[in-house]
Amino acid sequence: MGIKWNEIFVGGDPLLVGSQIAIVLTVVAIVVGLTYFKKWGWLWREWLTTVDHKKIGIMYILSGVLMFFRGGMDGLLMKAQTARPEMNFLDAQHYNEIFTTHGVIMILFMAMPFLIGLMNVVVPLQIGARDVAFPQLNALSFWLFFSGAMLFNISFVVGGSPDAGWTSYFPLAGKEFSPGIGNNYYAIALQIAGLGTLMTGINFIVTILKMRAPGMTLMKMPMFTWTTLITSIIIVAAFPIFTVALALMTFDRLYGTHFFTLSSGGSDMLWANLFWLWGHPEVYIVILPAFGIFSEVIATFSRKTLYGYTSMVISIVGIAFLSMLVWVHHFYTMDAGPAVNSFFSITTMLIAVPTGVKIFNWLFTMRKGRIQFTTAMLWALAFVPNFVIGGVTGVMLAMAAADYQYHNTLFLVAHFHYVLIPGVVFAVFAGLYYWWPKMFGFMLNEKLGKYHFWLFTIGFNVTFMPMFFLGLKGAVRRAYTYSAESGFAPLFLVSAIGSIILAIGFAVFCYNIYWSFRYAKRNVSHDPWDARTLEWMTASPVQFYNFAVVPEVKQLDAFWHMKKRGETLTLKESDIKKIHMPSNSGLPFYMGVVFGITGFFLVFEAHIAAAVAAIGIVIGLIIRSFDYNDGYYVSVDEIKQTERTWRNVEGGTENHVG
Amino acid sequence: MSANVNHSLPLEYQTEQNRLNILGFWIFLGAEIVLFATLFAVYGVLGNRYAGGPTPSDIFKLNDVLIQTLLLLTSSFTCGLAVFFMRQRDMKKLLTWFVITLLLGAGFLFMEIREFIRYVHEGATMQTSAFLSSFFVLLGTHGAHVTFGIIWAIMLIIQLLQRGLTPVTARKMFIISLYWHFLDVVWIFIFTFVYLKGMVA
Repeated sequence: MGIKWNEIFVGGDPLLVGSQIAIVLTVVAIVVGLTYFKKWGWLWREWLTTVDHKKIGIMYILSGVLMFFRGGMDGLLMKAQTARPEMNFLDAQHYNEIFTTHGVIMILFMAMPFLIGLMNVVVPLQIGARDVAFPQLNALSFWLFFSGAMLFNISFVVGGSPDAGWTSYFPLAGKEFSPGIGNNYYAIALQIAGLGTLMTGINFIVTILKMRAPGMTLMKMPMFTWTTLITSIIIVAAFPIFTVALALMTFDRLYGTHFFTLSSGGSDMLWANLFWLWGHPEVYIVILPAFGIFSEVIATFSRKTLYGYTSMVISIVGIAFLSMLVWVHHFYTMDAGPAVNSFFSITTMLIAVPTGVKIFNWLFTMRKGRIQFTTAMLWALAFVPNFVIGGVTGVMLAMAAADYQYHNTLFLVAHFHYVLIPGVVFAVFAGLYYWWPKMFGFMLNEKLGKYHFWLFTIGFNVTFMPMFFLGLKGAVRRAYTYSAESGFAPLFLVSAIGSIILAIGFAVFCYNIYWSFRYAKRNVSHDPWDARTLEWMTASPVQFYNFAVVPEVKQLDAFWHMKKRGETLTLKESDIKKIHMPSNSGLPFYMGVVFGITGFFLVFEAHIAAAVAAIGIVIGLIIRSFDYNDGYYVSVDEIKQTERTWRNVEGGTENHVG
Repeated sequence: MSANVNHSLPLEYQTEQNRLNILGFWIFLGAEIVLFATLFAVYGVLGNRYAGGPTPSDIFKLNDVLIQTLLLLTSSFTCGLAVFFMRQRDMKKLLTWFVITLLLGAGFLFMEIREFIRYVHEGATMQTSAFLSSFFVLLGTHGAHVTFGIIWAIMLIIQLLQRGLTPVTARKMFIISLYWHFLDVVWIFIFTFVYLKGMVA
């Protein structure tokens, strides 16, 4: 089946036409802007070809912000549709598409890049490394993720969106019940992005195991680095399952195989099992780094070492282990039998134990601390009670017998939003406010940050608290409308109003970024929060080689103790040696492009065009195989010059810190 | 990062970047184990759902499979010899055994493709039943890995001829040998759980 051009551009609906016009205008604006300001070369040299982990991290975060906008618009459209009973704003099909893309985008294209972005920026700095283990692979990870994200997003206006839910259960997601190409986008875009994520996992495991500064034993690693390590291990263990599941889905949809079909021996439950074998660990892939961020923020702004460090480490390992043993709780009602349900019920509830340990450790860290109510700390403080609501309702859902009552209702939807928004979104906001000066050399505005915080947290609670009660009253999820007689209308309206407050909070955040870029005071000190870990030891923004001299670590919170000993800001000239750095490369960007093109043709089932485009992938791999570029050295003089601009170099004359 | 050269180690472990690459590849193989384990699990679930189509005993031919097994297992052995001679810094023997490895791999691939073509002619396509879908995808994934390995190895032979044995080419040789042995291990599982089990039942 070739591409039918009249099928490509779905039109008619004013929302879609509006988006198409907006996309064209944005592209034109970007092209004209770059040409007018003569920024093409800058864009290519500084960003598209970069292998610097900090820049890659910033690109991930920028993508996360953009995707947050897209996913948030989907959420607002849903809330608008359900604000009143029997609304006709969206039809059923459109509603299906929007809740599907909302789920996929928020988890895979918003939460993941935000967190991986912060990992990229922070982890090499926290362990005193010059870069990740495989800088060019890191860039490839980003471009594959970005390529997948773009491919998924154009489904809105090119060919039709997936509409079978973010879980894409079969047989609904199969060719028989979803004959369009929407679910092809799901299978192929997520595959491309998933490959990037897997490489990120491998990269960070090697980086953290092998590139730590001298003296930093595993039990002296900062908590965010610990959670990144464990997250990376879960990624390597879980993502190949998704790779296979998506490949089998692609085969079923494109080549007529019978993995998940109802006929010829296929098994739709096989999809449910494979999906959640990946999907549940995925929940912990996004939540564990968030726990790491909170640990850093709470320790810094309580001015205390993290309470119960060892138990924190043991609990994240425990959570990672249990995360692989709970997947059936996503489909208790699909006839697994009492014994199986009981097993998964118990393993699910067990997760509350290490999570509870962590919550108490955070509280004990704050106890008797001198708490500073910065914006970052406010997010961490708000996280605790809100996340506990999510956790407690999770235990309610974990009971298999009770779950028969509220499965597939809005109670469940409220539960996982109470886990993911405080757990992940609050964390990335906390992390952004906290690490922003490290990335850019200026702070986000604290006052705007507090408006952002209050609007967002209040809006979040007003949106999702009513959904618990709606769910208990029997409002099912994924239904595009409801009758006036159901009595759901008032709570749905409250929820819709909450979503507007939430959106205003996000808008304030975007304005804060804009305001701070324009007006914030530059040249903040390298350590504006009086923080504890190694990333604060080096300049803000960080010089491209990270550390002029790799620090030596003696205990946990290494930088804090260095400050206590007064040994941070002076550098001996004789200690500075030339630094080896990797060269930029256009290859990762090229690979992202050819993967995207191949994926696009596959989505439209243009197999010959896809095969031709895939040759481009092989060519890229061959070019990489013959690439013997070994990087370059930064001269001692250049390092001295750079370091003198912000700190004492013994024998140096200048000294302007802060 | 080419710093930190340690001459007391085998060539492929001498630079820091090489050590990182080798560890990274081991972790990648861990991900590959999960990938194949999932495919085996899928085959375990669907492998007896014939949907009225052909069963394993209808289509499998023990002779062909034995030849394939012999070719691939021998290629793993010759690949080991190639790495052995790499450690001896004997370029000629290294290349000889490596080329033999590739020829054996290509022979395996030829047999497998011939087998697939025969199945399709007998009406056993991957659209016929869930059993055949899972069979073709499991075997096809392994075969695609072998194909990829052969292309990769040819690129490496060119580099060995261009550059001789350096820490970088030695590391590449060592990593491809890990990959090749891994494919052999996967084949042993395929031989046991797909072919032997299928023909006994």
